[in-house]
Amino acid sequence: MNIEEHFFRHEFGRIVATLTRLFGVSNFALAEDVAQDAFCRAMETWKLRGWPKNPSAWLMATARNRALDILRRERTARMAEPALARFLESEWTRASTVEEVFSTHMVRDSQLRMMFSCCDPHLSEEAQIALILHILCGFSVKEIAQAFVSSHAAVEKRITRARKTLAASRKLFDLADVDFSSRLSSVLQALYLLFNEGYHGSSPKAAVRMELCQEAIRLINLLIEQKTLVTPSSYALAALMYFNAARLQTRLDGSGNLVSFFEQDRSLWNHQLIEEGQALLNLSAAGTAVTKYHIEAAIACTHANAARSEDTDWQQIVLLYDMLLSVQPSPVIALNRAIAIAQLDGPERGLQEIGAIHDLHRLSIYPFYPATLGELECRRGNYLVAKMHFTQALLLARNPMECSFLQRRIASCVEASTFHTPVNS
Amino acid sequence: MTEFAYFYRGYERPASPEEMQQKTAKWMAWLKDLSDKGYVKSLGEPLQAGGKVIRGAKKQVVDGPYAEAKDVVGGYSIILASDLEEAVKFSLGCPIFEDGGSVEVRAIGQPG
Repeated sequence: MNIEEHFFRHEFGRIVATLTRLFGVSNFALAEDVAQDAFCRAMETWKLRGWPKNPSAWLMATARNRALDILRRERTARMAEPALARFLESEWTRASTVEEVFSTHMVRDSQLRMMFSCCDPHLSEEAQIALILHILCGFSVKEIAQAFVSSHAAVEKRITRARKTLAASRKLFDLADVDFSSRLSSVLQALYLLFNEGYHGSSPKAAVRMELCQEAIRLINLLIEQKTLVTPSSYALAALMYFNAARLQTRLDGSGNLVSFFEQDRSLWNHQLIEEGQALLNLSAAGTAVTKYHIEAAIACTHANAARSEDTDWQQIVLLYDMLLSVQPSPVIALNRAIAIAQLDGPERGLQEIGAIHDLHRLSIYPFYPATLGELECRRGNYLVAKMHFTQALLLARNPMECSFLQRRIASCVEASTFHTPVNS
Repeated sequence: MTEFAYFYRGYERPASPEEMQQKTAKWMAWLKDLSDKGYVKSLGEPLQAGGKVIRGAKKQVVDGPYAEAKDVVGGYSIILASDLEEAVKFSLGCPIFEDGGSVEVRAIGQPG
């Protein structure tokens, strides 16, 4: 029997959310202990006996029985949210209530409520993401620190503080709450950042980054599968993730080197993911709100629909970047818009547009700012100027992948400039 | 072939679900390999922590065994090998050694 990759981690998230529902958010640490205990038992048994027929049911049953024991013996039931506490305290209804909380649909509901609880506005975005990874995705502090290339101590501090905030709330976020839509936008933003960390992030390990993207997709799917909660912007964010995930494999070549977007082998893009992204984008076209997720997904879709880089509808892309800038002014977006203009009207126009970005100084530590200048100068044949820009970018590179990418660009500038120097000069 | 008992003693538990999954898979792979070669009589069972010890003429019952964590038997398997030396050799691939645990190898029954 083959067990799904990351099965333990995912089940851990489901079980902790479910137990937290039963014991109350203030008993969150107890929920974690009980889950941990169930997993230890599973490991001790399975490592000798092999996988059971249904590992998920095995774990759920172990956690459920243990929870029932605790609720019977201790007064934990009082800490549960009022709607449950009454039934958990009475001998007559306890077992059937626990059974119900462990039903598939309630487990899913608890996971969603936990996801909304993790995005508490009192927490920074970094803390929200760390908490989501820790609780819903079953990452240890060490694993989060590795994924974000931060120190163990820093992540531990962030999570300890975030857990305190979580435990202080009376119950898991109520999905019928009046604050639902504002909390939903925090949830979407956290999942968006989680995906981006995987896509652009700092971990040099491709596998780690792939995992972060997969987790973000798993959680957004949880959200959009809940038909009563799904909104057009949730569909739009899901579409964006699917389009980008389709290209994920081609961002790195066989040796783990970053491949420039224009040089990616488009035949290797995952066309099933693109189709699914397209379907999600269609679903997102409802209502009146146009969010950054809608526009970014539309840009990703335009790229996905071009069989070759030169077939891209750059006019459309420039238009979409204009819209994106009006929704969310940012120099990085303005830089991307300038790249699209360079594709449409040539490198000179692109360079002009870059010069006109009004808060350009905010890009001063962004390696892809000088790298873009280098790229455009290179296209104009100014190889030595281009080399200077790439060298500048190299000083700002954030990880070994970016470094080696820029070193290769520098080498190609040197090569091109030698090749193009007139013999008689 | 002689039957040998492997007693798995004390080891450090993995800290994260991901590590647990990897560790579980490693144990399974090790036992499957031995089993495919026909060296496993019984995969055995895990033993729960705690329990009771009954001792002496007074049959005194106490909680335990409260040995140090490193000495607690967490499970056992029954292996087939031609002699002790070979039984020891088969145990060397056990993942328990990566985590500070030990395997005690004992022949079952009296020498024939």
